[in-house]
Amino acid sequence: MTYRELQTRAEKLSEDMIRHGVRPRDRVGIYAPKSVGTVAALLGTLYSRGAYVPVDCSAPPARNAGIFADASIRLAVVAESLLEGFRGAWDARSLDVLEPLGDGLVLVRGVDAEGDSVADTNARATPADVAYILYTSGSTGKPKGVVHTHQSALSFIDWCSEAFTPTAADRFSSHAPFHFDLSILDLYVPLKHGATVVLIDEELGKQPLRLAPVIAASGITVWYSTPSILRVLAEYGRLDRLEFPSLRTVLFAGEVFPVKHLRALKKIWRVPRFFNLYGPTETNVCTYYEIPDEIPDDRTEPFPIGFTCSGDRAIVADESGREVAKGEEGELLVTGGSVMREYWNLPARTAQAFYIDAGGTAWYRTGDVVRESSTDGYIFVGRRDRMVKRRGYRVELGEIEAALYRHPLVTEAAVAAVPDEENGVSIRAFLSLSTANRPSLVEMKRFCIEHLPAYMVPDKFYFPESLPKTSTDKIDYQRLLATV
Amino acid sequence: MESAAESDIRGSIKDYILAEFLPGENPDSLSDDTPLITGGILDSIATVKLIVFLEESFGVRIEPHEMNADFLNFLPDIASLVEERRRQA
Repeated sequence: MTYRELQTRAEKLSEDMIRHGVRPRDRVGIYAPKSVGTVAALLGTLYSRGAYVPVDCSAPPARNAGIFADASIRLAVVAESLLEGFRGAWDARSLDVLEPLGDGLVLVRGVDAEGDSVADTNARATPADVAYILYTSGSTGKPKGVVHTHQSALSFIDWCSEAFTPTAADRFSSHAPFHFDLSILDLYVPLKHGATVVLIDEELGKQPLRLAPVIAASGITVWYSTPSILRVLAEYGRLDRLEFPSLRTVLFAGEVFPVKHLRALKKIWRVPRFFNLYGPTETNVCTYYEIPDEIPDDRTEPFPIGFTCSGDRAIVADESGREVAKGEEGELLVTGGSVMREYWNLPARTAQAFYIDAGGTAWYRTGDVVRESSTDGYIFVGRRDRMVKRRGYRVELGEIEAALYRHPLVTEAAVAAVPDEENGVSIRAFLSLSTANRPSLVEMKRFCIEHLPAYMVPDKFYFPESLPKTSTDKIDYQRLLATV
Repeated sequence: MESAAESDIRGSIKDYILAEFLPGENPDSLSDDTPLITGGILDSIATVKLIVFLEESFGVRIEPHEMNADFLNFLPDIASLVEERRRQA
């Protein structure tokens, strides 16, 4: 598809959206798998001066309906194939299909909320307007919306231009689904430079044996994904049987890349430069580190998250926001162009997320504990809270606990994560029940997949009679983990 | 009608799934009508591992378009897919 064709389709979609009531600053839900039509829907939303809210097609429809209600979307672009499930989840409100959009997509009426939309349909979008809202796992069981403006997205994209010097000859992979923040680089960096975007179908993206020949044949020059998918590509993709002459840059983000697997991949893909990109959804990418050509065989320590991207500033601080001495551990705080504006409709949560210094600068508290090395920039040490990364996705263990409490037999639920070389982390659920009859693992997994995305389903379940408590009567996670 | 070979294949696939993805589970709770993919037992990476197991254990090739819940969601479906491939070979 050419730029002209994409432009025409996005403009047509934008006209449809405006005709059905989208006004500047309205939210438009996107509930459709990756396709050219979906890209046009994202751009069409931006052309309507609205903000798009993409959701995970594989997540339970009720979770997605909850996100759309929270964002009070004006309209949604929904894949026809997902309409049935969505209809059930959108229950009390009637699902009103407005018109087909082609490509298997339909336009659906959203919530009739006025919100902060601007009545003047001619109002110009400003850099401070919301461009998109990405929902991530929330510790209380409810996903929270990370609000990015045109300005914060652009600041990040401009840094990418500087760091990776893309040209119109480049072909970028678009592997991440659109509700995942990696998609911002995948889509907008190539569009800015007139390069090509190679959309990787979400099903294909999970099948290393089939994916590897596509990467080779489509002449991808810049690959970007989570380490999880690179690991399965290296392990099962039979990469050594193929040639990848075009591939010049491999970017990964979202979780720690175990060195053993990174080394294996680099032994096959010798030519490209590898970069570890770091940043919570709230900051886009805010630090980066280029992986050296040779990784010693005895190295097991993960690579640093590295140096701050231009446009952002970072400090390592103690709990009061005071900068610690170089080399000491502290929380990474980030300020600058690429940082989010707020959490959608959560002013108290937003206030907690920022530290305001004496000069009035708002620093985003990443919750990541790091230390700064004199040569390698920042080194990731751990988390301050109960958030873990699995397959590159953020998982708040509290959200899993909240889902488990919905099980009729569960009286107490605790979820903990332990490091695991195979999967990065292994998620363990501890449940005390109101009955002596334990549900089977099969039953518990099925219950979880009805309430949570697949990447949040615990690997193991334990059924102690009661959960150990601390002296303040909180669940004692240390003791729980010691029992397994 | 299920052939004897198919029943053996189904048994070894079941053993593999129990050992690999449901350690400690009572084998009876994994039945022929337990949904594997839509039931949260096989996630994307587990599905890849299962494919590697099938290809290496039974010397068959699973086609890319078959690597999803339409073909791999239930034990009997997986067994008949493998058996069909073996007959074709």
